[in-house]
Amino acid sequence: MSSIISRRRHPAAGYAAVAGGLVAAGVLYSAFSGGGASAAAPAQDSTQIAQGHALFESSCSSCHGLDAQGTSQAPSLIGAGAAAVDFQMSTGRMPAKDLGAENDRKPTSFTPQQISDIAAYVASLGGGPAVPAQSEVSTEGANTALGSELFSTNCAQCHGFAGAGGALTYGKSAPSLNASTPTQIYEAMLTGPEAMPVFGDGTITPAEKRDIIAYIVDTRNETNPGGLSLGRTGTVTEGLLGWVGGLGFLVLIAMWLTAKRRDHAKGESESSTHE
Amino acid sequence: MSETPEEPTGPRRVIGTPSPAPKAVDVPVEPSQPAFSAEPENPKRAKRAERIVAALFVLAFLAGCGFIAAFVGLEIGSSTTPKGANAVVAAMRSNYALGTCLSIALLALGAGSIIWVRHLTPNIEIAEERHELASEPKDRKSFKRDFAEGAAISQVTKRPIIRRTMLLATAPLALAPLVLLRDLGPLPQTDLRHTVWKKGLRAVTLGGLRPLRPADISTPGSLITVIPEGYQDDQDALAKAGVILIKFAPGELHIPTNFNGGTMVSTMNWTVDNIVAYSKICTHVGCPVALYEQTTHHILCPCHQSTFDAANGANVIFGPAARALPQLPLMLDSEGYIAAASDFVEPVGPSFWERG
Repeated sequence: MSSIISRRRHPAAGYAAVAGGLVAAGVLYSAFSGGGASAAAPAQDSTQIAQGHALFESSCSSCHGLDAQGTSQAPSLIGAGAAAVDFQMSTGRMPAKDLGAENDRKPTSFTPQQISDIAAYVASLGGGPAVPAQSEVSTEGANTALGSELFSTNCAQCHGFAGAGGALTYGKSAPSLNASTPTQIYEAMLTGPEAMPVFGDGTITPAEKRDIIAYIVDTRNETNPGGLSLGRTGTVTEGLLGWVGGLGFLVLIAMWLTAKRRDHAKGESESSTHE
Repeated sequence: MSETPEEPTGPRRVIGTPSPAPKAVDVPVEPSQPAFSAEPENPKRAKRAERIVAALFVLAFLAGCGFIAAFVGLEIGSSTTPKGANAVVAAMRSNYALGTCLSIALLALGAGSIIWVRHLTPNIEIAEERHELASEPKDRKSFKRDFAEGAAISQVTKRPIIRRTMLLATAPLALAPLVLLRDLGPLPQTDLRHTVWKKGLRAVTLGGLRPLRPADISTPGSLITVIPEGYQDDQDALAKAGVILIKFAPGELHIPTNFNGGTMVSTMNWTVDNIVAYSKICTHVGCPVALYEQTTHHILCPCHQSTFDAANGANVIFGPAARALPQLPLMLDSEGYIAAASDFVEPVGPSFWERG
């Protein structure tokens, strides 16, 4: 103790006091703010966050509010997380064309770096799932059979058994998964965009998510048997055409077979006027 | 109708032999109708049609010969043909040859016949009248007499013991088909009213078979399909026991009420940490119903568009379903896992006759 007191006039003492105060404040802050979501958010580069904030203000804040707090038109993004931003923007759903319950997939006008910046900014607002790394969405060694079972149980009711999409209530629809990247599928399960329920890591583990992605990717690489495929239902359209067209042709043949001949009808007009 | 020919008075017939009555009633040709000429109106066209028909028949002949030749000539899978993929190719080749030849033969034969009829035979309508359905009075009288006579000869009226034992002998055989109906399966009894869910039985995910804690479904808007633990291979049990768990944000879930034992009771204490469990089987015709929209809390059945309001006791808000999805009472077991607090209090799935 006496040694510290004796050195308090030391030129470096002021710096040491400030550094010690900052460390203490940081420890106290982290102790009081608790673990939870904010602790899970990875440390982001402050310049990236600043760039993301600038992009957010120019492109997103008109609906989501200047501080992403949400408005009457669009929800708050605090706690939405980087994965939700990456999904919505990389699929072109955000920025939205108009205000509605659903936005369709369209080409995005943002670069991956810009999307990453905005995602970093939104993540810095607090918590939310992070964008999965490439290794997390890799289908290398995934169990496609289990993925098929999980897809049938949890996904097929809306997206169809081959991921072709389907109808929901009041005009909404579940989109086709044919253009989705593994990262986007993973993010969709994690964040539950639009009407889709959330399939968090507690209900479908990361390994099971990779199995599901493997099933989706494998299925769309399969040869599609049908002409107008109806979501890989098979050769139903051809069958319908064959059935209707073929039967119609046979009916025409039967009508021709039983029709009266015109040349005789002319010659024997008297006898052939009555059926 | 004209008079029928006189019945020949032959020897008396025995029951079971053909009737001596005439087999068919002749339709007389009205003498006023002129006999038609077999000569076609246009000999030139008839000649051309004749050639076409003959050509088609020759084609049918050749194709028929081709069928026989293909059957005899093309080897399939015999010792002369190598085994493996070539045998498949050989069989395919043989099938194509046989099918093509037979098709051409039958088609040419049919087409030739049609052209023959349509272009060469005269176009005349011939009415062929039916005889009256009822037999002649004479025949009916004769039948009655023969029947009585046969009965007398067989002595079936005189010897009741034979008559009765004969009836007795046929009775079990007549009843046998009714007994065979039993093979359609046991009666459902009370199976439709119960599932395998019972107090303390954990819910596990379908596929991963992991039990769940409320923390695993912590995000509002989460949905997961669960089954009773240990029943993953029991399809009969799973057919009724499929359940969806839905997590709500605090305050989103309205107090579900349930008609239990004649009184409406709150089922809020059936939920765990804003997680509610509904039967996955549609109350209309039993499709798996899990199209859940977390924004509107609608559960949609993909088969007939029955829509249930998950935030409000899964009541029907659209579609043909007549009842809300049954709610499964939930509780936490001693290790903190989500488990059933009891079986469903009402039958799951489609309505049935005795459901009441």
